Amino acid sequence: MITFTQDSVSSFFQTENETENAITFTDVRKVYQQGDHAIAALDGVTLQVKPGEIYGVLGQSGAGKSTLIRCVNQLEKPTSGSVQVNGQEMTRLSGKELRQSRQHIGMIFQHFNLLSCRTVAQDVAFPLEIIGYSKLQRKAKVEELLALVGLEGKANAYPAQLSGGQKQRVGIARALAGEPKVLLSDEATSALDPQTTRSILDLLRDLNRRMGLTILLITHEMGVVKYICDSVAILNAGRIVEQGPVSDLITKPESLLSQEFFPRRVQRQPRAGAVIATIAFDEALADEPIFSALTRHFDVNVSILSGSVEPVGDRRVGQFQIELVGERAADALKYLHELNYAVEVH
Amino acid sequence: MQGQELIDGLWVATVETFYMVGISVLIAVILGLPLGLLLVMLSPGNILDNPKLHKPLSAIVNTGRSFPFIILLVVLTPFTRLVVGTSIGSTAALVPLTLAAIPFFARLAETSILEVDKGLIEAAEAMGCNYWQIVLKVLVPEALPSIVLGVTILIVNLLSASAMAGAVGGGGLGNLAIQYGYQRFDVAVMFATIIVLIILVQLIQLFGDRISQSLRKK
Repeated sequence: MITFTQDSVSSFFQTENETENAITFTDVRKVYQQGDHAIAALDGVTLQVKPGEIYGVLGQSGAGKSTLIRCVNQLEKPTSGSVQVNGQEMTRLSGKELRQSRQHIGMIFQHFNLLSCRTVAQDVAFPLEIIGYSKLQRKAKVEELLALVGLEGKANAYPAQLSGGQKQRVGIARALAGEPKVLLSDEATSALDPQTTRSILDLLRDLNRRMGLTILLITHEMGVVKYICDSVAILNAGRIVEQGPVSDLITKPESLLSQEFFPRRVQRQPRAGAVIATIAFDEALADEPIFSALTRHFDVNVSILSGSVEPVGDRRVGQFQIELVGERAADALKYLHELNYAVEVH
Repeated sequence: MQGQELIDGLWVATVETFYMVGISVLIAVILGLPLGLLLVMLSPGNILDNPKLHKPLSAIVNTGRSFPFIILLVVLTPFTRLVVGTSIGSTAALVPLTLAAIPFFARLAETSILEVDKGLIEAAEAMGCNYWQIVLKVLVPEALPSIVLGVTILIVNLLSASAMAGAVGGGGLGNLAIQYGYQRFDVAVMFATIIVLIILVQLIQLFGDRISQSLRKK
């Protein structure tokens, strides 16, 4: 029989807790001194990225996204706070330890940052040279990586001969060379056209699923969050103003994410005797003939003021701002609520 | 001078010019390139950002570049005698030529290296490169096509500077042109010298462009 003492149980849970997150930010601040005044690029950021998830940080330019992602591999040193990657405290590392740690955190960039004087194969081999692979090992690994990103035939091409999407694939292959558990994506699709963006996001999603790769990405495009992110944080002026699983936030009419995501709601008073409400739902309710059901059961007229049904990942979510006219409008909304629709009455 | 005498004279002078330019270019590149790299890396916002070292280094380079070459030739005479044991001839001309060439090439190299996309340095840092790896695997190879053009400019500049050295007894094509062409009014020598210089400059520029182009994978 095995008995756990109180001590061993609690220490077991503690280690469990520490290794739980792929990336942990705790109260991270980054202050730039500009002449007399200090500018806080990050103003107390706390977030957790779980292993195997795709975590998006959404924000406008100047919100601090770029500083945030660079704090992960310490390209930017935070002024205060803690940054952990797979349980390792990054802010304490320097010199050789930091460089070794960086070798196993992949990073891809908006402008790809490929070396113009190296061929695709040589560029992908670059981090392997740094890690210390032999020439023979490099050759085998590069072939494997190029196959992974679908660039088998391009080994001897120079970046100038590649399209944007192909360049980013080289960037991804190179970022994966150190067999990272974590990939940082710095606006990786912002310089690409919509179709290429989708193919790159598909590749990232595929790598995430097949290899359990954790991805932290920053973007200013809602489309990227909608297409691949499991969780999201909205960054504004160095602070996270909202965070959580995308599927949760997007079905809450009051969340910033859903307000950004769905068509803008109409700002007007209800007509006489009418009620305006916003309802939201996800895949589970997406096929329901809900408006005709309301009309039949509660004898109300429903007009749609704004809204849409959108694919998010491989599911659908919808949000409609509706105006109900009829004596039993309140009952109709209660009924929706009971069916698990999120309902917000204006 | 005419006929075989002229050809012999030109040949000797050309060899002397090659000697002066060749050695001073070699030393200027060996010392100027690291200096240019340091100027870039120590500059604000760069990987070794250090204003306390950058400012004096930059000032030293500027000082070296402030002297008109003809003044440098004269001012350095005692120093030249100290270094090479003589103040006349091609070997003596090497000293001021090299000293003028180092800061000049440092600035040329700095400009070339500054052209390297900062994103590449960031990508290399993110991969875990140390400073040496960033210099040897990113900065120098990426800047090389532009550095080669800088060396071309350096060679042509030293060619004309070495001719000036010729005016004070430094030997080479400049010396020939001044002594025979100018002081003895030998127009044939003057023309011959100029034609040799024109051909040399054309060839140097042609090769420089070719090499730079073949290194540029765009």
